[in-house]
Amino acid sequence: MKTADVIIIGAGGVGCAIARELSRYRLDITVLEKGCDVAGGTSGRNSAVVHAGFNNRPGSLMAGLCVEGNKGFEALCAQLDVPYKKTGKLIAAFDDEDIASLHHLIIQGETNGCSGLRIVRGEELRSLVPGTDAIAGMYSPETAIFDPFTYCIALAENALSNGVRFRLQREVIKIDAEQDGMFCVRTAAGETFRSRYLINCAGLYAGSISEMAGGESYRIYPCRGEYFILDKIAPEILPMPVYPAPKKGIGGLGVHLTPTMAGNIIIGPSAEYIDDREDYSCSREVMDKLLGEAETLLPAIDRKYIIGNYAGIRPKLAPPGEGGYRDFVIKEDERQPHLINLIGIESPGLTASYPIARRVRDILSQSLELAEKQDFIPDRKGPVRFRDLSEAEQKALIQKDPEYGRIICRCQKVTKREIRNAIENPLGARSISAIKYRAWATTGRCNGGYCLSRIVDMLVDEYGMNPAEITYRDPGSEMFTGNVK
Amino acid sequence: MKKCDVLIIGAGPGGLAAAEGAKKYGAGRVIVLERDSRPGGILNQCIHDGFGLVRYNSQLTGPEYAIRAVREALTEGAEILTSRHVISIAKAKAEDAADPGFMATCISEEGLEEIYAKAIVMATGCRERTRGAISIPGSRPAGVFTAGVVQNFVNLRNIMPGNKVVILGSGDVGMIMARRLSLEGAQVKAVIEIMPQPAGLARNVSQCIYDYGIPLYCGHTVSKINGSKRLTSVEVSELDGKMRPVPGTEQVIECDTLVISAGLIPENEVAKTIDIALDEKTNGVITDSFLQTSVPGIFSCGNSRKILDLADFVSEQGEAAGSNAAAFALGRELSVWQETPGSSMEKGYPQEGVVTCIFCPKGCSGPYQCSRGEEFARREKTDPVRFLTTTVRVSGYEAKLLAVRSQRPVLKRDMKMIIGALAEVSVDAPVNCGDEIARLTASDGEEIRIIASGSTEGLPLKV
Repeated sequence: MKTADVIIIGAGGVGCAIARELSRYRLDITVLEKGCDVAGGTSGRNSAVVHAGFNNRPGSLMAGLCVEGNKGFEALCAQLDVPYKKTGKLIAAFDDEDIASLHHLIIQGETNGCSGLRIVRGEELRSLVPGTDAIAGMYSPETAIFDPFTYCIALAENALSNGVRFRLQREVIKIDAEQDGMFCVRTAAGETFRSRYLINCAGLYAGSISEMAGGESYRIYPCRGEYFILDKIAPEILPMPVYPAPKKGIGGLGVHLTPTMAGNIIIGPSAEYIDDREDYSCSREVMDKLLGEAETLLPAIDRKYIIGNYAGIRPKLAPPGEGGYRDFVIKEDERQPHLINLIGIESPGLTASYPIARRVRDILSQSLELAEKQDFIPDRKGPVRFRDLSEAEQKALIQKDPEYGRIICRCQKVTKREIRNAIENPLGARSISAIKYRAWATTGRCNGGYCLSRIVDMLVDEYGMNPAEITYRDPGSEMFTGNVK
Repeated sequence: MKKCDVLIIGAGPGGLAAAEGAKKYGAGRVIVLERDSRPGGILNQCIHDGFGLVRYNSQLTGPEYAIRAVREALTEGAEILTSRHVISIAKAKAEDAADPGFMATCISEEGLEEIYAKAIVMATGCRERTRGAISIPGSRPAGVFTAGVVQNFVNLRNIMPGNKVVILGSGDVGMIMARRLSLEGAQVKAVIEIMPQPAGLARNVSQCIYDYGIPLYCGHTVSKINGSKRLTSVEVSELDGKMRPVPGTEQVIECDTLVISAGLIPENEVAKTIDIALDEKTNGVITDSFLQTSVPGIFSCGNSRKILDLADFVSEQGEAAGSNAAAFALGRELSVWQETPGSSMEKGYPQEGVVTCIFCPKGCSGPYQCSRGEEFARREKTDPVRFLTTTVRVSGYEAKLLAVRSQRPVLKRDMKMIIGALAEVSVDAPVNCGDEIARLTASDGEEIRIIASGSTEGLPLKV
């Protein structure tokens, strides 16, 4: 039977950050993830913003860890080769009530330790976001955008190269706390894993994992947010995220506009409590509402730019009707020692993910001796992103490997070699979405119309897959039924 | 560095005809750049017939039309360079050449290459409107494709998308895929059209929808997509006058595949790199009466300018654009281009009670404009016949399937038998267009010859 010092359940941003942080120490670590890849849940379905920390209640874990996370994020992204851009952010005010709310945000932000927050008006406002109709705004210079998929993948890959085992498609179905103080974790795939410590970062399922392990009960309320994705018009009209001034009683930050690292714009999210933790569908009513609110924030937004949509689900501790946020829970369970629970990690969970990981390390260190590895590899080099290189670099690459001269995804200019790198990813995730989130192919305006067939060619001809085995995401999402003849 | 009089971007029907037109006019060097490994563009996957009646006065399949267009361009002396992806165009700098002109940058396995041209024709075609662009509510499972993608998988790559299919959109591509999938054994459960009438040609309603007994719902839309991993069903609703689904009219159709055929959008990402003016609404290139864009010396034709119904029309326009590009390169006067009037093709529902001739895209329903129509109508009452276009497996070739067709129309009642027999057939490269693939016996005792309508030799790059 496989035994480990630590089992981490869930490979979202928090699970991957903990895996990476703990991989500094001489520990045997296994990550169990129910999906076919990392970042398949809440971590891969959000606004992709590194928050500054002014939205959260002073004194809360959320506020403190978010501010700490923001300050370290750029360096972490540089170390792990994750796309990151400090764009700043604008909170737009359209009336006096909004302006009052901005003043409140500044005070709250300063209390939390945010820097540079200020009210902007007139020309300065227009120079930051030229197309806005807002009468004033609050500018936050420390807010940034990043790529959450690459962030989670990079943390996981770095943890992997430092000895952490990742076991994908391992849904945990039963946990026994045994007499000898070991946890015995059973998966739907029929395997059993044992460990001395259990770290629960199962997001939407963290409540049931805690119960399975004999820990405290938590009720987590799934709260869905829908998004639109627009074509790559951000460079022309949206230099930074634009948010509305906060309104009372809303369980989110309000519908906002965010430029992505690739230059697309995302609109969203809505906030809607639902029952089904896997229901990522979008509805006509919400879609219409999103577009309406987006046009108010920035009149240049238009339906014709839409290229897709998606939804994410927040794992909220605050029940419907309560509104707002309840603080993160990050602690060793009171009933079940050696079970560390991370509950209600919604926004700004990704920003805070690394400070959360350090906190988990501190909790562990109270009862476990953590010895640093001498051979810890702190850096991770991501695969080449051809489109971001200079002409000279591109030429040199093609000379070295002609597959860099074959464009497979025309919308995002992704080359054949990059697709190959994505297929051969170190975590062994093998699905169309795994390729999508690593190489960024299929994410453009033609939704894969051009590149999907070429990617499938590679999987079939060069990697020996039967067309019927190719899945979009998890098993069950097969793309094709087989051969025609 | 390669230098030419006229550079053409895209080797689909428009680009190939532009090359022919430019050479015919008298241009010096003419180069066509194609990003795919072979010329022909979308024609290569359009294995059905209906091409070439306007331009070549012949009844051709897409691959046959492509081979013909490539030959014509090469015969005139144009060069076709494949596997080259143009990423940008810029005005040439003074030191690059004595004349003003353009510099196109393309990427290939050989590296980044700059090609100088005095004039350029943009023939970059179009892309499909996607599920994302039309914002269908619901989940995002596997099994939702656009029609062109399905056509590519089914006709070139030997990959079947699913078994129970709903098609959204009754444009020609949607209807042709309804027939194609039916012939390959899928159950096409419905074709849904938002407009009150079918959007494509009447002949396709007749030969692709009616022939296979597929339910056609006009004035409806897919209002929701269901299924968390793979598609399980779609919800179909009636539309009101404002194109909104009418509550209470929902019906659920179980299916594993949704094929979206919701229109085409001109593809002009390369044009944007040199700030060619585009129509804000359609994304098509705006041209003057010479097919010249807002950048003098750059011309546009075909679907990247404006979506056209037939490849033949694309070719016609391409030839004119190529000719004018040559005139520009040679410093001569441009000719005014006029759209051929009288493209009187019947669209929408076929007329009731009479036979719609499916021989050509006109889709006459009497009085027939030619003797073929009368002959077709006569046979339709006794022994209906159809051209059969399908594929057979092929080995020793980059594509997994070879396009084939019946040399002459076959009895409609024999179609399933022939498809069944051909499922067992496999050929080895080399095969040339026109080679006999199989010989079968029809139910009336006549011989059926199945011939290759594509070629494993790829398309010729040299004459």
